[in-house]
This record gives sequence, structure tokens and C-alpha cells, in this order.
Amino acid sequence: MSNEIEAIKDPGLPAHVHRKADHDPVAEKRAERQVAILFLISALGTVLFIYSYYFISTDTFVFLPILGSTNAHQLGLGIGLATALFFIGAAAIHWAKTLMPDEEVIAMRHTMRSDDEDREAFVATVKERAGAAGLGRRSLIKRSMGLSLGLIGLSPLVLLRDLGPLPKDDLTKTSWEAGTRLVTDPGDRPIRPEDLEIGAVAQVLPQLRPDEERTLNNIGKDAVLLIRIRPEEFQLSAERLSWTHDGIIAFSKICSHMGCAVALYEQSTKHLLCPCHQSTFDVPRAAKVIFGPAARPLPQLAITVDAEGYLVAQKPFTEPIGPSFWERS
Amino acid sequence: MTARERVAGTVANYVDERTGAAKWAKKNLTKVFPDHWSFLLGEVALYSFIILLLSGTFLTFWFDPSQREVLYEGGYQPLEGLHMSAAYASTLHISFEVRGGLLMRQIHHWAALIFMAAIVVHLMRVYFTGAFRKPREFNWIIGVGLLTLGIVEGFLGYSLPDDLLSGTGIRIAEAIIQALPVVGTYIAFFAFGGAFPGEAFIPRIFTVHVLLLPGIFLALITAHLMLVWYQKHTQWPGPGRTEKNVVGYPLMPAYMAKAGGFFFIVFGVTAFLGAVASINPIWLYGPYNPGQISAGSQPDWYMGWLDGLVRMSPPLETHLLGHTISWNILIPGLIVPGILFTGMALYPFIESWITGDKREHHLLDRPRNVPNRTALGAMSLTFMLVALINGGNDIIANNFHLGINQIMWFSRISIFVLPPIAFVVTKRICLSLQRADRELVLHGRETGRLMMLPHGEFVEVHEPISPELAWKLTAHEQAPALALEETDSRGVRRAGGLKNKLRKRISQANAENIAKPTVEDLKAIEHH
Repeated sequence: MSNEIEAIKDPGLPAHVHRKADHDPVAEKRAERQVAILFLISALGTVLFIYSYYFISTDTFVFLPILGSTNAHQLGLGIGLATALFFIGAAAIHWAKTLMPDEEVIAMRHTMRSDDEDREAFVATVKERAGAAGLGRRSLIKRSMGLSLGLIGLSPLVLLRDLGPLPKDDLTKTSWEAGTRLVTDPGDRPIRPEDLEIGAVAQVLPQLRPDEERTLNNIGKDAVLLIRIRPEEFQLSAERLSWTHDGIIAFSKICSHMGCAVALYEQSTKHLLCPCHQSTFDVPRAAKVIFGPAARPLPQLAITVDAEGYLVAQKPFTEPIGPSFWERS
Repeated sequence: MTARERVAGTVANYVDERTGAAKWAKKNLTKVFPDHWSFLLGEVALYSFIILLLSGTFLTFWFDPSQREVLYEGGYQPLEGLHMSAAYASTLHISFEVRGGLLMRQIHHWAALIFMAAIVVHLMRVYFTGAFRKPREFNWIIGVGLLTLGIVEGFLGYSLPDDLLSGTGIRIAEAIIQALPVVGTYIAFFAFGGAFPGEAFIPRIFTVHVLLLPGIFLALITAHLMLVWYQKHTQWPGPGRTEKNVVGYPLMPAYMAKAGGFFFIVFGVTAFLGAVASINPIWLYGPYNPGQISAGSQPDWYMGWLDGLVRMSPPLETHLLGHTISWNILIPGLIVPGILFTGMALYPFIESWITGDKREHHLLDRPRNVPNRTALGAMSLTFMLVALINGGNDIIANNFHLGINQIMWFSRISIFVLPPIAFVVTKRICLSLQRADRELVLHGRETGRLMMLPHGEFVEVHEPISPELAWKLTAHEQAPALALEETDSRGVRRAGGLKNKLRKRISQANAENIAKPTVEDLKAIEHH
């Protein structure tokens, strides 16, 4: 703490060194010219900007090294604007550094703390004014005020209630029902097992009734991935095996971790990978999580074929799809 | 008096008679600002904010914040005839048909990245030099608030175009909200106006992005700057500089010209980036569809660490009494960031508790002279860096032909192991630098000139350093550890023994320094 016996003394502010432009009129003139040139370059930048806006059409492309094929209109506008702005700054700073006074000066600081006198006067004023208002005495007013101020905070909360509906069964129900046909996405064509070769993957959605229209909300819940492997490669319980059809297995495409689309299928390892957080699911073992942050397998959709030979769902999903939530058991 | 002076006088008189501004202005036009390159970092953040306001306002003239489905019939062939939201279609319109629209979009996005980078580097400057100490704690807290809001504002901003990449980010944000125990699903359904994605979130986050948060930003930035102005800027130690003065250049004209000029420099560089460096080419991603995704999905850099933490989390989930708690989302997504940011906001108070120092500080610390603080900073940065690297693990795996699992396991272990190592190494480096400083003060500079002594021995000639440098190297304080007795004068144990013990321990570690040269040391040298 003690600074009294410092071994080395403060030598004080070093003497000011004058710049060339301070005493040499030639250097001063040169600096003045340099500043003016910088301002003029900026002006040229604006000219380029205006020229590009009016006279270079938006579909002109030029080939430039490093940048490759570049839209000349955008590039002209951008370079013009950048030049116009940058060189104003360069000019101002060069001006300040060469021609404006550059002598360092010392100013004194004041402590943040007020004088004791002011502080006491402040406390006295607050006490006196608060006393005059009778805040301490009038407990009836104080309590009723507390009640009303406390309650008024509820109104904005109440008002926000209509922001959205309650969840109800929206998170647990999808459009899949027993007998719903699987249709391709995109295309909306029903598919037969023989459309899928071994090793193939297809994204499917439930077939719509004629009066229905598909929304993004539906896709966010209904998207299903079909994968066909050799039936003998499955390592499934008897029940889960009965949910597959001839080597075709169906999983919800919505990641059980944070809801991204699990879209990367590696044919050689039969792993499904979510590109968001790299959760990895093993397809032959009912999408068991073998790596990454996901805590649950992808829900499996039970499938079979209908009388016409098209793939259909045996029944709805048996568990909620997508990320976890509190009410999920 | 020239005609120009007469006009200026008339205007000044008119304003002053109505505001009394002359009194304030005469004092403040000569206000002194210390000069150092590191003081420009906060300025970069301020100027990028202004660029964001200007370019953002331009974008709102064409952007249609709506999820109404439209059929695209604009100029971009590959997306012709596709169904998409009006938000996405209008962003395409800005990019391809509005002249200068793409430039402004790119300037806006680059400015956001620079804004966040400047805030982070500015924060590091303030932290490592101890500029947060009394009386500047309020400004530190405002700064932490600005950083937090900046992350949110940036995330909402790049989510607005409603492209495939940003929609995926929103999907993840929704999953974090949904993971909150008890209230999660309700809050998520209120926020999105129903199940994800719904048709409400773009208009809603638009209002938050262009009105609510910028308003809060303006208020906080104003308070931040007013405090800087009123408390006067900190300065580096050096000859003639004390805790009681401020040495630098007067506001008018040199500082005004430099700061004003610097605004144009920052704007110019941002415009240059917007002109030549493509950023967020949303037309390549396509419109958002919850059933689709592109490989290599990456958030902007300031969100990357958060994504990295989520990626490295182990698959933990508790199923209890018919309820699910997703630790794999809650811990990396909310709990760890919450602890980090709270700790950061409270740091000035923690340090003053450890040092017992309640005095005002206006002279900055050289980071080496406060080894513990510097080491703690290096430790936190290492933690963030590991998280950030893991946030890009798929990109790294792809570019360097590594297995994603290897990188993930590297991160999972490193996040615990590397930060403490960084702490120890940094502290040792600081102490070594202190030792070098002491050496320099006591024995002077090595000249590289060799001299042969009469008896044949070779020595290198050392030259004494300048008094200015000697002062700079020794001007700092070296406070001893807190003397916290476990018992009072009568031998009775004090209350709060465990707390005191902890405080004493940390205080002792904190006071570990290489003693600077004393009067005796210098005298002993003279006798050589």
C-alpha cells in the first residue's frame, strides 16, 4: 500500500516534441495538400457510387482475381461507398495528427464522492420530505398502495395470455393414424415397398384427405424417414420387428434432442446423424442413440402395406415426437 | 469581427439564451481524453451500432415481416415458383432487385459481427487492465447487459429472413424454451402463438429486433457514455500520470477530429466488407421447412460457443413421476451460461472483496502486475474457445478429415482440463514478466556490446533504462494479502470462520507477486 518510500520517482510528463509541420512551413503545406487529396479521393468514391447506381445494370458480372465472378453493380456501389467513407476518416485523422494542436494537457480529476456537508444535507432532506409526506405514519395508505401497485403488475401478464393457445395435445399428437398412407415429400405419391431399393432413404409424409392442406406445422411433426436395409440386419425386439415391413423401417425425422431434421444417413454404417448437434442414431437397433447429446431414440412409426400394396401406418406414433418437455412422461 | 463570426455569435446567443449551454460547453470542449489504441475498441462498438441503425432502417423499407405464404416470382431463377414466406421472398427482393439492397444487407450483417466482436474485445481490455474497479462498477454491469442483449439481438436479426438455416436456429431456441421445467411448453406456445413454427414468430421477433431492443440499447449506451464522460476516462500509468489527474488531448479539435474520423474509418471498412465479402447468402439455403436441413448448420460466431456447449453435452435426461427434465439442454443452454454471465457481472465486487480495496482507481493495471486476475481471464477465454471450437466441430471434422466423435471427446475433456492449465500457465507467465521487469529496472538494458575485462573475462554491457521507463515499470502498487485473523484479540474465534478462511486463501494467492525493486535493492546495485 505504501507509496511513500518509492524507490523510483515520477519524472513527470515528458517534454513535448514538436512535429515537423509545427515549425516548417513546407511540411505544413505538404500536410495540408495530403489532407485535401484524401478528401478528394473520398469525393471520387461518391462519384463511383452514383455512377454504379445509375449506369451499371444489376445483372452485369465481371471476373476478378480472388473474388471470382462478381456482380459489378453491387461491387461498384460497395467500393464507391467504402472509399467515400474511409477517406473522409483518413483525411480527418491525418489533419488531426499533422496540423491540429497535439500538446498533451493535464486535467485534474474530482472524487465521485460528494462532500460530507452535501451528503448530510441530502439525508436530512430525504428524511424531512418523507416525513412530510407521512409515509412512515400512514400505514393504511402504505398498505393499500402496496396492494394496488402489486396487483397492477398482473395486468400486462393477463394481457399476454392471448399470445398463444395452451399446448393441450398438440405436442403429443401427429397426423399419423392407423391406415394412413405414406406419400413422398416432395411429390405426394403413395409408395410401394418395391419402390425402395436396399440402402435407400426416402422422406415421407402422411397422405392428406382431399379437404386438407399441408402446413409447416404438420411437416414439423409428421416428417418421417423411410430406410430400407436387409431384414436380417435388424437387431430389434419382436414387437419392433413387427413394426417394420420387409426391411423397411420408419422413424420420425424430427430429432428427439432439439427438433432439427435428422437428415444425414450413412449407408455403410447405417447411422443417422443430426447435423445440428451430431446426435447419432443406429438404424438397425431402432435408432438407439450411440453418440451425441440426444437422450432418446427417434420414435419409430409402425408400418405395413394395405390391400393395394401401398405402405401405410399400422397405428399412430406411440410416443410424442421431437424434443423433450416437462409434461412428457 | 468578420461576417462569419457575427453569424456564429448570433446562433450561439440564440441557443444559449434558451438553454444556458455556453457554461457547460466551455468546460467540456476542452475536456481531456487520454489516448491509447485500446481505448478505440469501445468506439468501434459504438460506431458499428450507428451503422446498424442506419443500414437496418434502410432494410425495413422493403422487408416484409410476415409468414404469409407467397409464390415466388422474383428474379432469382432457382427458387422461381416455390412457396415461401413473405419474409423470405422480400429478403430475396432486397438482395436481387433493390439497388444497393444486397450491399446494405451485407453491411448490416458485417456490422453486427463487428459490433459483437468489438464488445467482446472491449470487455477484455476493460477486464485485463482493471478498468472496471471503483468507481466504474456500474458501467461494467451495463456493459455485461449490452453484451447479453447483443447476442439476443444478433440471433433475432439473422432469424428474420426465415431461410432454412435461420429457421433451424429458431427451432433450437424453441426446444430450449420447451425444455424449461413446469412452464416450458406454455411459454413456448405463447411465444410462437401455438406449436412450432406457427405463423407468429417472424412478426413478433421483428418488433423486438427493430423497436424494443434497439430502444433499450440506446438507453444503455447513453448511460454508458454519460458515465464515461462524467467519471473521466481511465489512463495507462506513465510519467506525469497519477490517480488524481488525467493526461491527454482536449476534445476540441484534435480528439473530435480523430473520433469523428474514426467513425468514417469503421463505416468504410464495414462497407468494404459488405462490398467484397459475401455473408449469409440466404438464396442458397432456400425457404424454411421444418422437415429439411442443410449439413454444416452453423450459427453466427457469438452464438457458436453456446451451440458448442449443447453439442458436447452428455445425453442426460431424468424421467420422474411422469415428467421429463432435459439436463442435456438445460445445463449447456441455460444453467452454465447463466452462471458465467452472473459471475462476470459480479466480478468487480468479488475482486474488491478479495483485495479489501475500496478506493477509486483511475490508473490502469498492466495485466502482468495482477497475475491472478489475468490468469482467471485466460481461463475463462480458454473455456469459451473450447466451446466455440466444438460449435464448429462438423466443419473442422470435414476440413481436417477428423472424426466428429474424436473432436467431441477432445472438447468434452478439454473443457474441464484446459482452463485450469491456462490459469496456471498464464499466472507463471505474468510472474516471469514481472521478474523481467525487475531485472530491467535493477540491471538495465542488455546492449549486446561485449567487453573484455583485464583478466580476460567477457561481460555484456548493460545500460540503465530511462527514468520514464523505470517509472512505468515500478509505478504500480503491490498490495499485501488481507490479514484476516481467525481469532480476535482475546483469542475467541470470529464468526464466519469458513468464509474468512476462503477469503484469506484467495487473498494470499492474489497477492503473489515478484517484489518490485526497493530503495535498498537500488542502493545495493550502486555499490557494485
